[in-house]
Amino acid sequence: MDTPALLVRDLQFRWPGSDSFCLNLPNLAVDRKKSLFLHGPSGSGKSTLLNLIGGVLAPQTGHVDLLGQPFSGWTAGRRDAFRAEHIGFIFQQFNLIPYLSVLDNVLLPCRFSTRRAERAGDPAASARSLLARLDIAPELHNRAAYALSVGQQQRVAAARALIGRPEVLIADEPTSALDAARQTAFVDLLLSEAHANDAAVVFVSHDLRLATHFDTCLALVA
Amino acid sequence: MNAWKFLLPLAWASAWNRRATLGLTLIAIVLASCLLLAVERLRHDARESFAQSVSGTDLIVGARGSPLQLVLYAVFRLGEASNNIGWDSYRQIAAHPAVAWTIPLSLGDSHRGYPVLGTNNDYFTHFRYGLKTPLTFAQGRAFSDGREGVFEAVLGAEVAQQLGYRLGQSIVLSHGSGPLPGLEHADKPFSVVGILTPTGTPVDRTVHVGLAAIEAIHLDWQGGMPLPGVDIPPGMVGKFDLTPREITAFLIGLHQRTAVFGVQRKIAGFKDEPLQAVLPGVALDQLWQSLAFGERLLRGLSWLILLLGLSGLLAVMLAGLGERRRELAILRALGAGLSHIVVLLLLESLILGVIGALGGLILLTGASLAAGPWLAQTWGIVLHSLAPSPAEWMLVSAIVATCLLAGLLPAWRASRLALADGLTPRI
Repeated sequence: MDTPALLVRDLQFRWPGSDSFCLNLPNLAVDRKKSLFLHGPSGSGKSTLLNLIGGVLAPQTGHVDLLGQPFSGWTAGRRDAFRAEHIGFIFQQFNLIPYLSVLDNVLLPCRFSTRRAERAGDPAASARSLLARLDIAPELHNRAAYALSVGQQQRVAAARALIGRPEVLIADEPTSALDAARQTAFVDLLLSEAHANDAAVVFVSHDLRLATHFDTCLALVA
Repeated sequence: MNAWKFLLPLAWASAWNRRATLGLTLIAIVLASCLLLAVERLRHDARESFAQSVSGTDLIVGARGSPLQLVLYAVFRLGEASNNIGWDSYRQIAAHPAVAWTIPLSLGDSHRGYPVLGTNNDYFTHFRYGLKTPLTFAQGRAFSDGREGVFEAVLGAEVAQQLGYRLGQSIVLSHGSGPLPGLEHADKPFSVVGILTPTGTPVDRTVHVGLAAIEAIHLDWQGGMPLPGVDIPPGMVGKFDLTPREITAFLIGLHQRTAVFGVQRKIAGFKDEPLQAVLPGVALDQLWQSLAFGERLLRGLSWLILLLGLSGLLAVMLAGLGERRRELAILRALGAGLSHIVVLLLLESLILGVIGALGGLILLTGASLAAGPWLAQTWGIVLHSLAPSPAEWMLVSAIVATCLLAGLLPAWRASRLALADGLTPRI
């Protein structure tokens, strides 16, 4: 495992019409099984960086490599497919499609990626066991997603990000809607599950107290 | 590529989730589709029914002139003949060996706005309409040919119903097409002896009397006016020769349909007076063509109503995109490409289009079942089939295609939003 899961080099990004770079990142590497804590004030380009790593945006200069692949040089369609196969996402809140059941939400990545469905083995069974480990009671599995509490929703989102064992896990302030006690518990749960799946984690938060849980820490400046 | 297969259930679940708002536009589409299909079906069936106002008749004969005018007065009792046919000419043609039967028609009088037709009992024997359906009596019998039945009348269904007439009712005929004071044949009242069952053809609007009756009421008339000082009471008409001198037109049935053009030519070249014979099917078709603008207008209007329904759909889908940005961003994060988003949105308009068009078809079938008998009786439009015709399936496909076309705009807009939002939509 020589190649890092995520490698960013000389990355610069500028929104069209803007004359200054909103993101300037000479070097960033995250190995497999490692976790990165990313923080910075609003406007420091955190969201932009996540969009670049996720392949929704393409950089003007520099490149993003994922799992040793020249990811950022690919066409948008190929990046979309690669994202489906290898990246798990957790948002700040409202992670779930409200009209699908909890189980269907967790299974969504397997719909978009054959590889993740194969790696999950029996996707439904895998989803149920992930949900059980994340403390979602079986009677909730067939409930509509909107019926769950915010904390439960975030754990369902974590199960969805983990299903099919993607190599990279990206979390965008997933704890901001949780109270302090639950924040720590959630981060620990996420990291241990990611570690068990050999995944690299990029975790964005403005809450520096959480930084101690991670292997490395990077501050973006506005 | 199992993501594509998943998009249809996903689009369905998403649409179902917004069923309250989408339902309203769906109702608009169902109603508009139903209207469009109904116009198409009525147009087709009205045309059929119109073309079958007369059936089984091979030729309509009248004085030479416009064939359309001949059909208008001989079949629809509309307008007036420019000239009549001499009784001798009629007898000569009726005696032609190719001719199986004839029905003489004598027009010109009316009863309270309904046309009066002078004819004989051959009318009740040989006249056919629709799918070669003969006339039948709801009540009573035909008038008697000959002297004893001179003042007997048979009413069409609508005449009896609208005027509330029963058997035995005494009625007075008017000269010409309207009731003008002093131009009534009040001295010679008729007695209703029969009422026909509804046919959905001009027969329903006709008062039928014998040819002799037409002669009898005009014995003391000349040039469209009562002769001053001459008054022949009804009891005296038997003393006169009531053989008509002229009739307005007549219908011909042939032994062999193949002889139709030969007989037609023979009548066109008739020596004693200028006559013409027209094929009813051809003439009715021509007449329908001349009415086609109304049909096109109706059709255009119903397409406009559908477009109105679709603009409602567009408004709802575009407004809904604001709420769906989060949903679309989640799908993007899970690996959905822009093409997935476009297809997802198009599937939604496809679902609405298919349900809308099929819903319209089902609604129409239900309405046809319910209103069929009423349509046939009141408007004379016989609905031929409840099952959709190939033309109607084409229309259903056209409606679905139009919905899909309308869905292009929200689909394009959604892909722009998804591109701009990336994974972090502003909520």
